[in-house]
Amino acid sequence: MTIPFFRAEDDPGPDFIELARRSGLRPLALDGLEHATVQGRPEITHGTTVVAIRHADGVVMAGDRRATAGNLIAHRAIEKVFPADHHSGVAIAGAAGPAMEMVKLFQLQLEHYEKVEGHAISLEGKANQLGQMVRSHLPAAMQGMAVVPLFAGYDLRRRAGRLFQYDVTGGRYEESNFAATGSGSLHASTVIKLGFREGLARGEAVDLAISALFEAADEDSATGGPDAVRGIYPVIAVITADGFARLGDDEIAERFAGLLESMAERNAVRRRVPETSTDLGEDGA
Amino acid sequence: MSMPFYVAPEQVMKDRADYARKGIARGRSLAAVACTDGILICAENPSSTLRKISEIYDRIAFAGVGKYNEFDQLRIAGVRHADLKGYSFSREDVDARSLANQYAQILGQIFTHEMKPLEVEILVAEVGEEPGAHQLFHILYDGTVMDEAHFTVLGGEAEAIAERLEQGWRDDLSAAEAMGVVVRALGGDDRQLGPDELEAALLVYTDERRAFRRLERPAIAELLGGG
Repeated sequence: MTIPFFRAEDDPGPDFIELARRSGLRPLALDGLEHATVQGRPEITHGTTVVAIRHADGVVMAGDRRATAGNLIAHRAIEKVFPADHHSGVAIAGAAGPAMEMVKLFQLQLEHYEKVEGHAISLEGKANQLGQMVRSHLPAAMQGMAVVPLFAGYDLRRRAGRLFQYDVTGGRYEESNFAATGSGSLHASTVIKLGFREGLARGEAVDLAISALFEAADEDSATGGPDAVRGIYPVIAVITADGFARLGDDEIAERFAGLLESMAERNAVRRRVPETSTDLGEDGA
Repeated sequence: MSMPFYVAPEQVMKDRADYARKGIARGRSLAAVACTDGILICAENPSSTLRKISEIYDRIAFAGVGKYNEFDQLRIAGVRHADLKGYSFSREDVDARSLANQYAQILGQIFTHEMKPLEVEILVAEVGEEPGAHQLFHILYDGTVMDEAHFTVLGGEAEAIAERLEQGWRDDLSAAEAMGVVVRALGGDDRQLGPDELEAALLVYTDERRAFRRLERPAIAELLGGG
């Protein structure tokens, strides 16, 4: 590999994706797969429910750990919440392969800009960058490989947490309080909607995210619940003025135990299993 | 058509070297020192926006003296090279030695083949995770690479500054002590440099991914006060 030099009038500037293209690389996330057809397409791995909630000091992002390929569980411990840079995070739902590639490119794009220009992009600018990446992925999305991310971060200029949702066309929608995407998002967002209030403390927002993911996993087969046997818990990150920080599994396990306890206390899960049998019993004959 | 005059290659090279050295000597100098916290890089630079020291990759820093637009172009090319290499292979595969060699190739080629050599001297530094695991590559305008063990000085007055640095250097300097030693070496006996005339950064020994820490002026003042 040689050092890339460009003429002044032909310089790609701080844009890593353009640089990669000029250097003969073709980032998958930004190109449709020309030869893939809708018919006879093999089952691809999908990731599901991710949520983001704004709280008093910033935002919380959380995502379950399951990846599915059709009816099968493809991976039990996949991660869907990533740091985008020091003060923002990105969470993904949709086709796992292109989504991971998109995250990797997005992280690189932000860092590359920061190094070349000497300062980071504004939060607004980062959200737009991601929108452009989702939009250029549209041809692949039309072939069944949609990637729908969430973007959230702490805006150093406005001193507040902000969050953004996307659709497959790259449409960028800022949400004021919370956002969810993926197959279990309907259930997750209902839980958050009911539990949200202005000025949630960090811990309260984390608990809310945990119960949202728990309910989503309870109703949606493609969303994974907490796995105490293997010690696999959702990835949860808190983004504040101090930056992106991922929570330890111990804290998440503890908070899950708290959730189960409070459910038991209000008797939300009855121990009696409903009778669905058609067996008439011994004297039924 | 007029016949070109014959000029001996020795003379051509000497003229180009003199030209480059003169250009470099017009700017202020820069020094890098290994200390117990990592590598401290410190430059005399009255501007707080036009930088001589910057981050190339996770554990690699770049510094340049001489003509700003020339070393800045090299810096950006280095960032591009490192990011592309990390993207197509792995982040671990990006290393200072290979980057220094690439820079040397380019500087050497421009020195011999172009009309005008680049009027720059650059430094590529890398730290490992453990103290002591560091590399300092000092590259000259003609592509000469020097692998330095503990410290290096770039710029017109490099020899005098290196001599002063040699006297103050020990292998157990803390970042604050190293800052004091470097600033005294850069300033010499008759000048006392303050934070407003300095630019500094530290490549720290850390297990975090990015090791580059830019020291803003308040941080420089604090280090100078403590050292």
